[in-house]
Amino acid sequence: MPDLGKYAFAVLSSYGYSLALIIGLVVFVVLRNIKARKALEAIEAEVNHGKD
Amino acid sequence: MSLWQYANPVKFLHLSGKIVPTLAVLSALSLVISLYWGFFLTPDDYKQGSTVKIIYIHVPSALVAINAWFMMLVTSLIWLVRRHHVSVLASKAASYVGVVMTLVALITGAFWGQPMWGTWWAWDPRLTSFLILFLFYLGYIALWAGIDDPDTAADLTSVLCIVGSVFAILSRYAVNFWNQGLHQGASLSLDKEEHVSDVFYFPLLLAIAGFVLLFIVLTLVGTRTEIRQRRARALLARSKG
Repeated sequence: MPDLGKYAFAVLSSYGYSLALIIGLVVFVVLRNIKARKALEAIEAEVNHGKD
Repeated sequence: MSLWQYANPVKFLHLSGKIVPTLAVLSALSLVISLYWGFFLTPDDYKQGSTVKIIYIHVPSALVAINAWFMMLVTSLIWLVRRHHVSVLASKAASYVGVVMTLVALITGAFWGQPMWGTWWAWDPRLTSFLILFLFYLGYIALWAGIDDPDTAADLTSVLCIVGSVFAILSRYAVNFWNQGLHQGASLSLDKEEHVSDVFYFPLLLAIAGFVLLFIVLTLVGTRTEIRQRRARALLARSKG
């Protein structure tokens, strides 16, 4: 860990909040994509089943 | 071969499905290496001390925040002129990334400003235009959420995007337009005399590459989500009809 001196709070807070927001964004985008894919697959299966 | 063929959702899903994994790995590598390099291996600045390490997040996030809006402007104009759904869905997907990057830039700017300027916030031209850009992002997302008909939502959000572009331009060039305020000029420039020292410059370039790649990956994944949601709605409507 580098010696951040008297600015440790500013630097660590910047990195902490930013990484939390960016990781949260990645999780949000990926989970939303998985949910949409599963929902579409279920609807397509239902529609195809209805045709048979 | 034409760019417009990717306005076809099936072709877009096929191509994006192939390139997203590679871009995601490149983005993760660039971000991990650049942030490690910047945080652990670069010295303190003679004026700013260790707060210079904030530059590796602040500058790339601000750059992505502004350019995401320009990308949204282009895709919104394509929607208004050519009515390609993939285009406007890409704009919607980019807005989620843009709003988070704008917030990251505002937060890191405040944490840097407090020790350097003696204040968390100032009504400086660049900071103010950036805050307004953030509000435009929120308004854009709220407008999509608030209108049931997707084509009407696409039309209205596209118009909002055009209006908000004024503030995206101001965010980028406010320092040049008004020779006042606390915010300094660009940290990066083609003129070598103007940009930061090489010891900070190279990890910063890599961090920018990582953030831009992350934006592309998340926007592509988000667009895939929007296309699937749209298809699911269409199938449901057809089966009920």
